[in-house]
Amino acid sequence: MKARVHVMLKNGVLDPQGEAVRHALGSLGFDGVEGVRQGKVIELDLAEGTTDATINEMCEKLLANTVIESYQVEVL
Amino acid sequence: MRAAVIVFPGSNCDRDMAVALKAAGADVTMVWHKDANLPDGVDLVAVPGGFSFGDYLRCGAIAAQSPICKAVVGHAERGGYVLGVCNGFQVLTETGLLPGALMRNANLKFICKTVDLKVETSASAFTEGYNAGDMVGYPVAHHDGNYTTDEATLSALKDEDRIAFTYSDNPNGSVADIAGVLSSNRRVLGMMPHPERAVDQGHGGTDGQALFRGLLGQFANA
Repeated sequence: MKARVHVMLKNGVLDPQGEAVRHALGSLGFDGVEGVRQGKVIELDLAEGTTDATINEMCEKLLANTVIESYQVEVL
Repeated sequence: MRAAVIVFPGSNCDRDMAVALKAAGADVTMVWHKDANLPDGVDLVAVPGGFSFGDYLRCGAIAAQSPICKAVVGHAERGGYVLGVCNGFQVLTETGLLPGALMRNANLKFICKTVDLKVETSASAFTEGYNAGDMVGYPVAHHDGNYTTDEATLSALKDEDRIAFTYSDNPNGSVADIAGVLSSNRRVLGMMPHPERAVDQGHGGTDGQALFRGLLGQFANA
């Protein structure tokens, strides 16, 4: 089985990299880009039967820093 | 005083840290990250700067899961002293020994220069060699030194006098100009600037000496 973990900075945490991307899009002539948030996607190749609880534990312990990041798990 | 300097793959300030500690009179042992135990009788653990594990995933995230970090957390929980500098500070926030997190610098640039810092408190073993309000110059060299924390934690850090150093001209966007913070028992210090790079005239300044001498003084008096 596979799972995809989406890690994003929490709302309210300023994202300097997203801001830089927003500026770059503006300078390429794309008007109306009001905000960009940059995160990461982590794909996990897992043994069959791995529970949601285990995947969440992986996120809490390592994949996301829950001080600044939130995560969403998508089992594929 | 017995000190251990942790070495991760990608550490690059470990030897500088050892030199600074030895110059102040410490007995220093280098400890590899795969070791599960600290040497017996260690008083201080120093987590040095560098790019442990290539900064993969997040700065300090992989190092924080290494076997030796469990021992470092145990040492801190028993009331031992821990100093984390630069990547070492990032590692300590990732282990949860210190609150907050270090994000990409607000201007997205790697910053490498000597900065002016204000010593915010002298009430710790690390800063008792200074007076609160002293200005010191330490080098910084980082890409991810933008300290952030939630409002409640920031208030607690202020109320408990746990902000050790602030930048006089904030280079990286850190909340409240924070350059270094203490744990609640004041025995764990994490900071982005490098005191170990300011202990010899050849470094261009010796403002860091008082930190190491103050720390060693704690054990001389004990």
